[in-house]
Amino acid sequence: MCETTTKQPEIKVATGDRAILPEGAKTIPIFVMGKQYQVPETLTIMKAMEFAGFKFLRGAGCRGGICGACPTVYRMAGDYKLHFGLACQTVVQANMYLAQIPFFPANRASYNIEEMNAAAEGIQALYPEIFRCVACNLCTKACPMEVKVMDYIAALKQGNIEKAARLSFDCIQCGLCASRCMGEIPQYHVAQLARRIFAKFIQPRFEHLVSRVKEIESGKYDQMLDELTKMDHETLKKIYVEREREPDLSTLGAWKPKETQYL
Amino acid sequence: MTLPMNAQNVSVDVSLVSIEKINTLSGENVKLCMQCGTCTAACPMADEMDFFPRKVMHLSQFGMLSRMNDINTYWKCASCHSCSVRCPRGIDIAKVMEALRQLVLRTSKNYIEPSEMPAAQIKELPAIVMVAGFRKLTS
Amino acid sequence: MKISYYPGCTLKLKAKNLELAGLASLKALGIDVEEMDRWNCCGAVYSLTDDDLIHHVGPVRNLVRAKERGADKLVTLCSMCYNTLARANQLMKTDVVKRDTINRFMDDEIDYAGEVEVIHYLTLLEEHVGWDKIKAKVKAPLTDLKVAPYYGCTLQRPQDVGIEPMGSFRLMTRLLEAIGATVVPFNSSDKCCGSYQVLNAPAGDNDAAANVLKAANQAGIEALATSCPLCEYNLGKQQEQFLAKSKITAHVPTFYFTQLLAMALGVSPEVCHFELNDIRSLQLLEAKNIQAAA
Repeated sequence: MCETTTKQPEIKVATGDRAILPEGAKTIPIFVMGKQYQVPETLTIMKAMEFAGFKFLRGAGCRGGICGACPTVYRMAGDYKLHFGLACQTVVQANMYLAQIPFFPANRASYNIEEMNAAAEGIQALYPEIFRCVACNLCTKACPMEVKVMDYIAALKQGNIEKAARLSFDCIQCGLCASRCMGEIPQYHVAQLARRIFAKFIQPRFEHLVSRVKEIESGKYDQMLDELTKMDHETLKKIYVEREREPDLSTLGAWKPKETQYL
Repeated sequence: MTLPMNAQNVSVDVSLVSIEKINTLSGENVKLCMQCGTCTAACPMADEMDFFPRKVMHLSQFGMLSRMNDINTYWKCASCHSCSVRCPRGIDIAKVMEALRQLVLRTSKNYIEPSEMPAAQIKELPAIVMVAGFRKLTS
Repeated sequence: MKISYYPGCTLKLKAKNLELAGLASLKALGIDVEEMDRWNCCGAVYSLTDDDLIHHVGPVRNLVRAKERGADKLVTLCSMCYNTLARANQLMKTDVVKRDTINRFMDDEIDYAGEVEVIHYLTLLEEHVGWDKIKAKVKAPLTDLKVAPYYGCTLQRPQDVGIEPMGSFRLMTRLLEAIGATVVPFNSSDKCCGSYQVLNAPAGDNDAAANVLKAANQAGIEALATSCPLCEYNLGKQQEQFLAKSKITAHVPTFYFTQLLAMALGVSPEVCHFELNDIRSLQLLEAKNIQAAA
């Protein structure tokens, strides 16, 4: 009764707008929370999981690698090394053992930004746990955005808010750093505060932004906006299609619109 | 092995396992202590301690951890090494104190709570205090 | 010979006076050190349990950075940084098994085996400048200032990383003499200030610090020279409370030794940031008519 003919595994095409299966795709085994699933190779972890029948109610957001909702931790069978990535960006590999960490409980201090100032002591007082950092660097190793997490925590211990703000700029708040921290530091929340303090109290204000805000407040654009909101659909469509556009790849400053009323 | 002993209505727990624990963690041999008390004499924090360092060494020699559960001696130790450099038996007593702290800290218990420190205090203290203090007093 | 400089966290915020006066002095003495551009906290206290290697990773990572920069020596100003880095360095040099474990854990860094020598600023002054040269460069000698060197714990203990043998305070004494101060014998130079225990006790309750200051009162010492931001904090910032509780009889102004050196070398007082010390520190210098000659 034993059938010996080798049969190609049947490829199921995922429904909806999720997995679009490339032609002739092979399937590979992956392990989600310890259970094996055969999924088409070349899919991202997120699409592979959806292919396998998982539905993301939480833990999925922009699907473009920037919202930080789908951090995933995985290990390759037989290897001790832990890997980290975003489920929407990381392509599945055969024999990867993975789990989603859509949320990690991390202390987020509450503060009134208006009562803060440029002194680093304010951040240190809200997050004294940064002094528990042992420089193990597991945070940096876990970061899917290659942020030098350990270095920005070091900068904040030294009181250097600007350095911390710049080093952490690519952070997408996924929380993988905090999940690995033996000092129990919520690095990504601390970094967000550092960037806020930097932007509000340290970074010089952009003058053109200030003048534009003034123009808006003075009502310079009110009439234009009123006209636009009252416009019928067809006219709106027409002026959108006919709008002036800067040519693609034009040299910086070389192009000026004819209509300069609102510049 | 735990031997319950009764002497003068005081119940004590002598534990070979605990002696071994202290020795392994500290890398020292508490049995070398001859109870001369030089450590206590050298200790800048002794006045604030529930038990003097000599007594803590004595209890350690018998592995009597339960008698040391609620004392502040090893939490008051400032790791200044005044005792270690003077011990005539060559015991690095600061390491024994660290072992006693670690036996507690490794069960995820904090001696001080960083989250409960007043913001004004943290703002005033130099970073070096928080780094050193949290290392010694939080798990 | 390339010498890298490791600042330490506190020197970038609360102890700027220690660092800026120290760096300005080196410049005045013509010594070139290269400040590390990437470094992390050393951990401040060396881990004392035998099986705890993770707490050595912080200091070792800094040593790795120094090695990467091709440094022969790594100089520090803060006593606690010195102690932690020097002890970690010694561990990496001598304990093959622990070194191997630490190197393997730090798979994101190059291997390290104690190639860089960790020295304290005072050692740098003696070995790379010399007391005579310092003396020759003094523009404003600290004449009549009765000062004692205060080493605290971590410059001397444990012995194998001490900058000099236990009970000897030669390095800072020679420095203070070279800059014209009167060095007063002091029996509490290596007594502990209470260290991080200040976290654990209200200000003014720190008897360890009060006892050091009381001994200074009794010895007729006008000022103490320190090298550690924690000592400076414990000794310098709680004197009002000590006085109120009658634990000491008079104020004892405290300075970082680099501030005294810088002033003697004619560095501007602004660089020495005396506003970070107790107000009496600068007042004492002014009373002694010690002003920058520059």
